[in-house]
Amino acid sequence: MDEALWGAMLASTLRMATPLVFCALAGLLSERAGVVDIGLEGKMLFAAFAAGAAGAVYGSTLVALSVAMALAVGLSWLHGLACVSHPGDQVVSGVAVNIIAAGMTVVLGAAWFAQGGQTPPVSATVRIQPLWPALAERVQTIPGIGTVLGPGLFGHDLLVYLAYALVPAVWWLLFRTRFGLRLRAVGENPQMVDAAGVSVLRLRYTALTLNGILCGLAGSYLVLAQNASFSQNMTAGRGFMALAALIFGRWHPVGALGACLLFGFMDAVAIRLQGVKLTGFGEVPVQLIQALPYLLTVILLAGFIGRAVAPQALGKPYVKER
Amino acid sequence: MEAGLAVRMHGIHKRFGAVAANVDVDLTVRTGTVHGIVGENGAGKSTLMSVLYGFYSADSGSIEVFGQPATIRNADEAIALGIGMVHQHFMLVETLSALDNVMLGAEPHWRLSRAQDKVRQTLDGLMQTTGLHVPLQALVQDLAVGDRQRLEILKALYRGARILVLDEPTAVLTPQETEQLFGVLDALRRQGTTIVLITHKLKEVMRLCDDVTVMRAGRVVARLPIEQASVEGLALAMVGRKVQMGRPESAQGTRASHGLLQATGIMWRDVYGVQRLHGLDLSLRAGEIVGVAGVSGNGQSELLDVLSGLLVPTAGQMTLQGQVFSADAWLDPHTARTMGLAHVPEDRQSRALVMDFVAWESAVLGYDGLSDYSHQGWMDHAAMRSATAAMMARFDVRPAAPELRSSKFSGGNQQKLVLARELGQAPRVLLVGQPTRGVDIGAIEFIYARLRELRDAGCALLVVSSELDEILALSDRVIVMNQGRITGDLAIGDCTEAGLGLLMSGAAE
Amino acid sequence: MNAAKPLSRWAELLLLPLVCLGVALLAAAAVVTLVGQNPVEVVSVLVQGALGTRRGVSYTLYYATTFIFTGLAVAVAHHGGLFNIGGEGQAIMGGLGTGLVALWLSSSLPAWVILPLMMLAGALFGMVWAAVPAYLQAYRGSHVVITTIMFNFMASSLLVYLLVNHLRPAGAMAVESAAFAPSARLASARDALAWFGIDWPASPLNLSLLLALAASGLVYLFLWRTRAGYHLRAVGASPAAAEYAGIRSRHQVLVAMAISGALAGLVGMNEIAGVNGRLLLEFVSGAGFTGIAVALMGRNHPVGIILASVLFGALFQGGAEVAFEVRGFSRDMVVMLQGLIVLFSGAMAYVIAPVLARVLAWSRALGWRHG
Repeated sequence: MDEALWGAMLASTLRMATPLVFCALAGLLSERAGVVDIGLEGKMLFAAFAAGAAGAVYGSTLVALSVAMALAVGLSWLHGLACVSHPGDQVVSGVAVNIIAAGMTVVLGAAWFAQGGQTPPVSATVRIQPLWPALAERVQTIPGIGTVLGPGLFGHDLLVYLAYALVPAVWWLLFRTRFGLRLRAVGENPQMVDAAGVSVLRLRYTALTLNGILCGLAGSYLVLAQNASFSQNMTAGRGFMALAALIFGRWHPVGALGACLLFGFMDAVAIRLQGVKLTGFGEVPVQLIQALPYLLTVILLAGFIGRAVAPQALGKPYVKER
Repeated sequence: MEAGLAVRMHGIHKRFGAVAANVDVDLTVRTGTVHGIVGENGAGKSTLMSVLYGFYSADSGSIEVFGQPATIRNADEAIALGIGMVHQHFMLVETLSALDNVMLGAEPHWRLSRAQDKVRQTLDGLMQTTGLHVPLQALVQDLAVGDRQRLEILKALYRGARILVLDEPTAVLTPQETEQLFGVLDALRRQGTTIVLITHKLKEVMRLCDDVTVMRAGRVVARLPIEQASVEGLALAMVGRKVQMGRPESAQGTRASHGLLQATGIMWRDVYGVQRLHGLDLSLRAGEIVGVAGVSGNGQSELLDVLSGLLVPTAGQMTLQGQVFSADAWLDPHTARTMGLAHVPEDRQSRALVMDFVAWESAVLGYDGLSDYSHQGWMDHAAMRSATAAMMARFDVRPAAPELRSSKFSGGNQQKLVLARELGQAPRVLLVGQPTRGVDIGAIEFIYARLRELRDAGCALLVVSSELDEILALSDRVIVMNQGRITGDLAIGDCTEAGLGLLMSGAAE
Repeated sequence: MNAAKPLSRWAELLLLPLVCLGVALLAAAAVVTLVGQNPVEVVSVLVQGALGTRRGVSYTLYYATTFIFTGLAVAVAHHGGLFNIGGEGQAIMGGLGTGLVALWLSSSLPAWVILPLMMLAGALFGMVWAAVPAYLQAYRGSHVVITTIMFNFMASSLLVYLLVNHLRPAGAMAVESAAFAPSARLASARDALAWFGIDWPASPLNLSLLLALAASGLVYLFLWRTRAGYHLRAVGASPAAAEYAGIRSRHQVLVAMAISGALAGLVGMNEIAGVNGRLLLEFVSGAGFTGIAVALMGRNHPVGIILASVLFGALFQGGAEVAFEVRGFSRDMVVMLQGLIVLFSGAMAYVIAPVLARVLAWSRALGWRHG
């Protein structure tokens, strides 16, 4: 394959993986604190809708982003009310958020914008544009590697770079700060954290707040950068793929990044491989590539390619007798 | 040389639903001493210390720490007062390093690397002065049990504990590790730390403590300085105030005949790798009640679980009704039942009954396959209900409502239902753990009569009880367990107060 | 949190679900008002559309049929102590199984042979799709919730692949298989009732409703009348007691999920054999998740599930009518309500229960004072 194709592939991969990275990091923080987050899909969808709606109505990127993040944080807190403040089932709560989001985004969208659930496209000023278009073009002129890196690495917008910058940031937060230490501890043994005099509730709600902010960014990216408007069910399972990436990455930011890039790559490849015949194999079905992230995660969970050990207290409500 | 009282708890009451865990408890701990709190499982020791550490709020009563009145609402406040606790089940995060575990909650800086440096310095100094050494960089999951415990103590001391509470610290230690721990505790005492030791191991109490408080069934039954205490006296105080020798009915002694169950060399190790059963040999004969005496926690529960097939021993052999089971092909509970072995477990609520099932469904637990109860895989509701009604009538279970949910019955009635179920199968061998726990006084004699009836019909019974009165009232033969070994095997006529006390405390080896 | 007085049994079984449902309805009504509609008007159109005409009732029951299958699936797994989120994927696979048998054999076999075969195939495919995650949970420790979610996506991909590449008749545009022979179709209610001389409007309702009711009865008998069901419930209620009774938990996990998957797999008999007569893409469309809501509302009991299924069927049918008649409205309203019901009956029940207990105690005290 020639370099232009590589460059396009690199660009596609990074773009496809961006919402996955935001969501996987969100899920990471929540699950490391011991709270299962099945609702990533729903929160991302809701945030996308909020960004699209607010962007179209208020014509400001900042407003769109803020509304999206605020809404996602609200949903995370609702999840917290049910499962952290009270011993509700974390999985049921997540499933509920997904279903509510799927329905409510269309209801509100159809009612407010009368376009069958879609939001009107946000104007170009609101959309998030590539950050360094001039630089990208300059790099592209460099023979050889330039054609790959130009569009592949330098032609992206702010949110893409933000997502990848957040990976080391989350890593640093988790492994190099006091808060991160406590967060990791509360997901393994909340009794211990309680006995050490630290509030389990506060830790978990903080994690959920960060989770909401990141989901808000994920949804915003879909509408403000990737497309231009919200359409029904536009997340198309990405939230679950992010969950799979999180688990595949063994609940570690770098592992999750690797998994997101892998899944993003598969997504990019799937479209291009349609109709292409591989030697000795025949035509690779696009659906197989689409199913591959999920299949790989199952294989990993089954212990066939190494082990993925979840935080010990994941999914168990923490109840104190008073 | 007392400098006053480190802890004074007065009139502490704590109730969990229907269970009175602490009733009017007074505790006085002199500063700079090692104070032992002894009692069996369920005596209320851990609850009392949880109140002191802020995990629970007492329903009533007062607490003074170093002479100042204190309200302790959570662990943070306890730590601020200088109370540190080493729990029975370690409060450690396995995937973090020892250093991280120590500083969690009291990190001196928000940046971990700085915090770790500072803490490491402090800890190095602490390890020197106390003689407690732990590899700080190691992950807890890689640490041996003894190291983990030292880590727990270090954690408490790092937080500035001047009163150190240890809950059953030697439960998971080998004898050598225990000696090391005692060395550390001695050193701490010399430095002025006050230590509260919760334990049921009396030899340790005699070795280490300056004062001792004995608890039983939620109350304090004795409080004395160690010079006035003896191992036998403490053991007897823990299991029962008065000891009635002999029984009201004719003590005919045993009319035991042929052997029904022989177990040899039974060994069992728990998840922590601690040996709980050290090569037990046991034989049960038809027409005999064998009582297992001893302070609970010495392997009695594990013994019952192994014999009934719930646990698989690491070594040993059992012959039941002529069939031999070895450790690599042990019997399972279903097989046990078909061979006529019945088991009344100690843990009523989670083992013996399904709380969410209605009474008649619980009453057929383990026996649903009997031809009376089911045909070709279909359960005969009518037969099960009427059998349950009969059970309830026979054992006076109140209310006599087979349709009532199991959880709605009082503890004593639940126990009667379980006994009715297991005894009702006319087993050849019956294993019973705590037969009358929670049962009202009137029903106790009734149950004893049923057990004796079973014995007279040729059954072999093994009864574990933490009530010495009960063992002595029921048994034809008494075996005594201590630290996972059988320390004595006596016919009922040969039992004396002093002798049993010695055997129970393991003093007579 | 102080342990508040627990609710009495009748309050917990009957009142709490109703209160939770009420809260969900209020929340939905709030959204309806927010978008400028009149909740009362919406509700009346909904009820009329669902139950006011025979055609409406027929559609309601048709929807309910699928929900009964998926609801039973969730319930059986729940009794075994497991949460089966994979109903969606298991239903897809069941439909696939049913469709494959129909396509391969329907031209050569009479109805009374092929229809049971299709049913068996549907149940079997669903069973296998659930049994694999169950096995992985019981014997390899992988959490069944995550694996079933993954299996949902894999089932969807598999269906698309087969339809697009192998089952679509050459040259056809629509992504569906060839039509089944008439012998491989379940008679519609209209045709069945016409046989008795009763005139019934055309609708997707078909004989699989009877299958669903039969399945409900069988599930009841299984869970409460057989030894196998007793063992399953024991493991779900108290694994320690089940162990004491000699029941093997791992085995029961497999049994529970296998039965659960088989029930979900029967959805194909309604949607594929009953309504469409061909294999197509969107025949489950979230019914697996509705099954969760139905099981929650129906308290995991077959009778409750039938009632809750009819309720949700009415919501779906009524919702379609509302989308038709009320401007700016769509079916997704029902989806949202469904999510709210799952939220309030499922996760938020612990938030609502203490409030309800306090209200009950307060009203009891009031009544006592006045009485």
